[in-house]
Amino acid sequence: MKGILGRKLGMTQVFLEDGNVVPVTVIEAGPCVVLQVKTPQTDGYSSVQLGFADMKRPNKSLAGHAAKANTVAKRYVRELRGPLDQAYEVGQEVFADTFSAGDIVDVIGVSKGKGTAGPIKRHNQSRGPMAHGSKYHRGVGSLGSINPNRVFKGQTMAGRMGHERVTVQNLQVVRVDRERNLLLIKGAVPGPKKGYVTVRSAVKQR
Amino acid sequence: MHPLIREIASEQLRSDLPKFRPGDTIRVHVKVREGSRERIQVFEGVVIKRRGTGISETFTVRKISYGVGVERTFPFHTPKIDKLEVVRRGKVRRAKLYYLRNLRGKAARIKELL
Repeated sequence: MKGILGRKLGMTQVFLEDGNVVPVTVIEAGPCVVLQVKTPQTDGYSSVQLGFADMKRPNKSLAGHAAKANTVAKRYVRELRGPLDQAYEVGQEVFADTFSAGDIVDVIGVSKGKGTAGPIKRHNQSRGPMAHGSKYHRGVGSLGSINPNRVFKGQTMAGRMGHERVTVQNLQVVRVDRERNLLLIKGAVPGPKKGYVTVRSAVKQR
Repeated sequence: MHPLIREIASEQLRSDLPKFRPGDTIRVHVKVREGSRERIQVFEGVVIKRRGTGISETFTVRKISYGVGVERTFPFHTPKIDKLEVVRRGKVRRAKLYYLRNLRGKAARIKELL
């Protein structure tokens, strides 16, 4: 397991050596700082805490936590768990070249918020007839049997959609730019532009 | 667009291709890979559209091959294009020449721009 935190900049396309076009998401990855290394002895589990992007006005507890790593408090802090590829030490910097072109990664982000959305958009339900006397157009449909005299939990209805943690698995790193700290990842990645994302090596490697 | 994305795109842009517009007849020299060997294939026809901007710009060339209309769309900035020549400039009044698909023979000719 290796990983890095970053910010989604947007999408573009690149030409590979063989001339084929690949759609890519550009991620400004790092430099991240290792804020803490957790061990089973002290914390009950092992992980590495990474921080990315400076916080403007940190409170004292966050500033103190970051001071242990000789840095300023970070806005986006995430932990990496699982067997790590390399040993990390507190204060160490992580750059985009953690990954190399061809690596398979998972990308975690917070999806774009869609606001209140109906069941058709939110749960892929089907629409009723729009004409021929039908008065059932885009409603929720049946809420289940009348027998239990209640609606079961988890019934798909209208409501808030998006703005939730989403993981996209098995994306390919197309290019790594060490100077500009950029990762070019094939395909789309959750979240809006400027949204924070975690890139880690794929959990389910093919 | 983020300046870094613009930078990544602009690094790949080609400036060596000649100017051409819809209605022009062009000859596209395409690199074709067959196993380990690479050769050049020529595709000559009328440009019927150009679309998109920047790195994602494409153009479509139409020709009649053995009585069958063949259209091929190329990304403008692809390294697969070895060379591109403008054979003749056409005089047209549309940006998208889809109407050529319904015409054949003499009617499908385009006046040359002099």
